[in-house]
Amino acid sequence: MAAGPMKMRATLAPAGYTDIRVLMTHPMETGQRKDADGKLVPMHFIQNVTVKVNGKPAVEAQISQGVSRNPVFTFRLKGGARGDNIEVSWIDNHGETASIEAPVA
Amino acid sequence: MRRAAAVLFALVASTALAQDAGKEIRRYREMVAEGSPAELFELGGEALWKRPQGPKNVSLEKCDLGQGPGVVKGAYARLPRYFGDADRVMDLETRLVYCMQTLQGRSSEEATAHVFGTADEPSEMESLSAYIAGQSHGVKMQPGISHPKEKAAFELGRALYFHRTGPWDFSCASCHGQEGKRIRLQELPALSERKYAGPVAASWPAYRISTSQFITLQWRMNDCYRQMRMPEPTFGSDATVALILFIAATGAGETYAGPGNKR
Amino acid sequence: MVGVFAVAAVRPWTALAAAWNKDAFGAKTSADALKGIGAVGAAPSGDIHVEAPEIAENGAVVPIEISSAVPGTSSIAVVIDKNPFPLVAKFDFLEGALPFVKVNVKMNETSEVRVIAQAGGKSYVATKEIKVTIGGCGG
Repeated sequence: MAAGPMKMRATLAPAGYTDIRVLMTHPMETGQRKDADGKLVPMHFIQNVTVKVNGKPAVEAQISQGVSRNPVFTFRLKGGARGDNIEVSWIDNHGETASIEAPVA
Repeated sequence: MRRAAAVLFALVASTALAQDAGKEIRRYREMVAEGSPAELFELGGEALWKRPQGPKNVSLEKCDLGQGPGVVKGAYARLPRYFGDADRVMDLETRLVYCMQTLQGRSSEEATAHVFGTADEPSEMESLSAYIAGQSHGVKMQPGISHPKEKAAFELGRALYFHRTGPWDFSCASCHGQEGKRIRLQELPALSERKYAGPVAASWPAYRISTSQFITLQWRMNDCYRQMRMPEPTFGSDATVALILFIAATGAGETYAGPGNKR
Repeated sequence: MVGVFAVAAVRPWTALAAAWNKDAFGAKTSADALKGIGAVGAAPSGDIHVEAPEIAENGAVVPIEISSAVPGTSSIAVVIDKNPFPLVAKFDFLEGALPFVKVNVKMNETSEVRVIAQAGGKSYVATKEIKVTIGGCGG
């Protein structure tokens, strides 16, 4: 089960930048771990993460199985305004995807 | 004399190293806490709390965690405590099983069949614990210590904490009984003392990094008994509830800071 | 401070299928990974900041915070020498984003962690050693 809840918080800092903190539910399997029966658990990991601000891409990340299970990222935007729409989405090596949207607070 | 000086130097040097390591480990823990997946389990738990289940197909939303039916905010910080309807002292997990039985019409066998989950399949109990505990974040911890059954449970918990038994003649205090003990870099807090019990009680339940699981206090008691080479206690037994109350009451007054993060 | 969540939907990736640098991520040495992202001969730079604990209690989760003050930084990559696949992530910063990211990575063992910033067709690198230990029994 890859797709579980995501959680995001986008906050405008007094210093004039916006921090986006996003949590994702994902096993991020390396393909090197064995299960209880001694069988290798196949590789299963997020490959791409995209951050969009008001529909425009701001960060495009490529990641590997070397990112920890249940990934958490903080990204930072120049400026930003309360109410700006932030969308974060991911796609994994099985083609599963998930996304979350929230306004800057 | 020169040898003594060398030994002294080595001691001082290793102490300085240990202190640096301690500082860096604290920094590591702070950084990990900032990005804890515990919040994901809280979300999952909230959904479970509201999902109709069992033969009666109702949710747990009317469950009385001690502050009135359906009151979740601040409830965890007052547990364990005595519940008149069940006529026993209950911790969060035993109370949840009680609500699953009385509200949802589930059997205790069914409700406790899979209380300890895996990284891939967190248990209902783990997710619910994350949600309910999270709703006490920032609340002062005041478990029940006035009712005669609460007093009796506290005394039982204290007795169990120091009671040596099993093939290795271990008690909780064998590891958690003296200041400054540790296993590798892991401190072993003396939980019979206020200053150690408080922060520990305020950090459970917690996300465990090494197994990617959310772990509960019933799991912790169970696993400590396993490590002491003792038979596994029954889930929610009077013994484990008493131990949990003993630690929580010893640490009473601490502000709840969880759900926490463990190595 | 608004926390919002959405339950993830499993559906085909309908937006632009993003690129994933298979060669660089499949590289088994740092040198090959650096080659794969076009960062051979990266110049050491004091303008790349790597915030990380010097000791990680558990290699499964090692938090690192990275930022670059190199003007015009367009991407940041993380390469961990001793990992079986050293390239862990590459972040491209487009319009509106600062070259800043916090991420939790896995470390197989104590290793040098290289952070590579790319700006104006040039590569810059900062390196930090992070020690990985194993904790005790409990928690």
